[in-house]
Amino acid sequence: MSTGTTSPDTEAAPKPPTIGESRGDRLRRVLGSRLGSVLAIVIAAVWTVPTLGLFISSLRPEDDIRETGWWTIFSNPSFTLDTYNYVLYSTSQGGGLIRNLINTVVITIPGVLVPVAFAAMAAYALAWIDFRGRNLLYLAIFALQVVPLQLALIPLLSFFSQGLHIGSVTIMPAWELSGVETIVQVWIAHSIFGLPLAIFLLHNFMRELPADVMEAARIDGASHSQIFRQVVLPLVTPALASIGIFQFLWVWNDFLVGRTFGGGESTRPLTAVLGDMAGTWGFSWTRLPAAAFIAIIVPLVVFLLLQRYFVRGLLAGSVKG
Amino acid sequence: MQLSDLTERFGLLAVGLVVFAAVLLALYGLAELASRRNRSRVVAAVFLAPAVIFLLVGLVYPAVRTVAMSFYNGDGTEFIGLDNYAWAVSDPDALQTLINTALWIVIVPLLSTALGLLYAVLIDGRRGERTYKALVFLPMGISFVGASIIWKFVYQYEASGDQTGLLNQIVVWFGNDPINWLNEAPWNNLLLMVVLVWIEVGFATVVLSAALKGVPTEIVEAARIDGASPAEIFWNVTVPSIRSAIVVVAVTVFIATLKLFDIVRAMTGGHHGTDVLAHNMWDQAFRLGNDGRGATMAVLLFLLVIPVVIYQVRNMRRQELEAR
Repeated sequence: MSTGTTSPDTEAAPKPPTIGESRGDRLRRVLGSRLGSVLAIVIAAVWTVPTLGLFISSLRPEDDIRETGWWTIFSNPSFTLDTYNYVLYSTSQGGGLIRNLINTVVITIPGVLVPVAFAAMAAYALAWIDFRGRNLLYLAIFALQVVPLQLALIPLLSFFSQGLHIGSVTIMPAWELSGVETIVQVWIAHSIFGLPLAIFLLHNFMRELPADVMEAARIDGASHSQIFRQVVLPLVTPALASIGIFQFLWVWNDFLVGRTFGGGESTRPLTAVLGDMAGTWGFSWTRLPAAAFIAIIVPLVVFLLLQRYFVRGLLAGSVKG
Repeated sequence: MQLSDLTERFGLLAVGLVVFAAVLLALYGLAELASRRNRSRVVAAVFLAPAVIFLLVGLVYPAVRTVAMSFYNGDGTEFIGLDNYAWAVSDPDALQTLINTALWIVIVPLLSTALGLLYAVLIDGRRGERTYKALVFLPMGISFVGASIIWKFVYQYEASGDQTGLLNQIVVWFGNDPINWLNEAPWNNLLLMVVLVWIEVGFATVVLSAALKGVPTEIVEAARIDGASPAEIFWNVTVPSIRSAIVVVAVTVFIATLKLFDIVRAMTGGHHGTDVLAHNMWDQAFRLGNDGRGATMAVLLFLLVIPVVIYQVRNMRRQELEAR
């Protein structure tokens, strides 16, 4: 490379041609990049090896899991799907998780659709309909975003189990849900807790739609509900997708809400049951890798496939927030 | 599993979805009617009603109730003033919980943000940057419970025989005795924090890496020509340029840390001196049946987020003013 003529911003010359780079400087630069590479690889390894270990464990016979670490399979390979079979279908203790997996699915679908739909409507009203107190309402919802849901748990649970009374006046009787019906509580709880963030993000996206488009639609005689359905919703589809993924991951992976509102063990979502299994670490701990992987794999695949939308939502939320 | 398990659950799902669709249709119908008569305030009310009702009934009202409950005894029958709060700052276990929480909310955001920034800088422009990013981002898709199980196996301890946990195996390879990590107070707190950091670094990396790409190359170039060292450029040019992204990441991780329940529940159940506010709140209310103390812990949690709420609201106000 000829000296002095390379433009400073080409990739090949990260530093301008050096007039007096000392040996020490160069050493430091090379070492810095070597060290950087090693560090990056170490971080990447620490972030993936534990998951890989769990996956390998989930495929090993239970006796092996009890006696040796997963890394021994490289010298002594032995695999089985028995544990998966047991945790999903066995009627003995620690089995039958297929029921909880179905609970998770049944909880997740409305747990995503309801808050996203309601948030979209609210966000439209907050972004494009003029009414008094609009800014204040938006600010309040925005603030609710960071209120820990722990603050609502005890009264919300008693709202479902005992109804709502003010003094001796009954405003809402007890719901008296039993069996699988308790899943309704989980739907509602997830819908409530998902709303503030969804409204905030959707409001950001909707606010950015060009005002002329809205104006034109209004001049053409379109009503608010028409504009919402025919103009706004199609334009914010990518945003709906990112928020849908957020909420999906949150609901599928949730432990606290499912455990608190999900009733007995047979009606709880998979993650809630897993959380308890991990907490007690009883004699069935050798089945945990398989059980955990069943719960992990679905969101992980969704996450990998739709990462683009997820990142977009993340950046939109955090850059503005 | 029996067939009835299946039909029961999917039957419920079907009913739920039909009811939901009916509610949506009714709302749209109402909005349409109001729209035709040009009552935009009514339209706004219809559009906002479900969200506002949900939030009032499910979040605002319960929050107020929780504050009130914190002044009552365990089963809510007797007003006891500030006794629960006195308990929270004097009982050794409760105090331990508060101290642990303080450690969590300082260490986790700091470590997550710093590691995320370091990693983002390290991989910036490197070959395979996207793969590097994806690998670290992956844990974001894993539940806290899943991550806890993953790490519980890493920390696994065997008193005799071969080690089954990777960490102890490494310790043994280096010729030391294995350690029962999760029972070793106070260090077990750090090991629990590792799990949350492991999840949050991916988030930090993605946001900060996007911010790094936005730093104007001219400024960096100018500094370089002026003879600034890479470290000087990093601290005096790069970090100030992405300051707001760093703050956002730290605040977001801070809130997530404060609400953390799952990792403590799944890894130690709060034993061995590892309890934190959000978990203790649940434990008090739903396991030990003391609603008053649970509510008190929840209120303390809320007090800790208030500064963030104020900061966020002021930020938003400023942005609105600037946008005008």
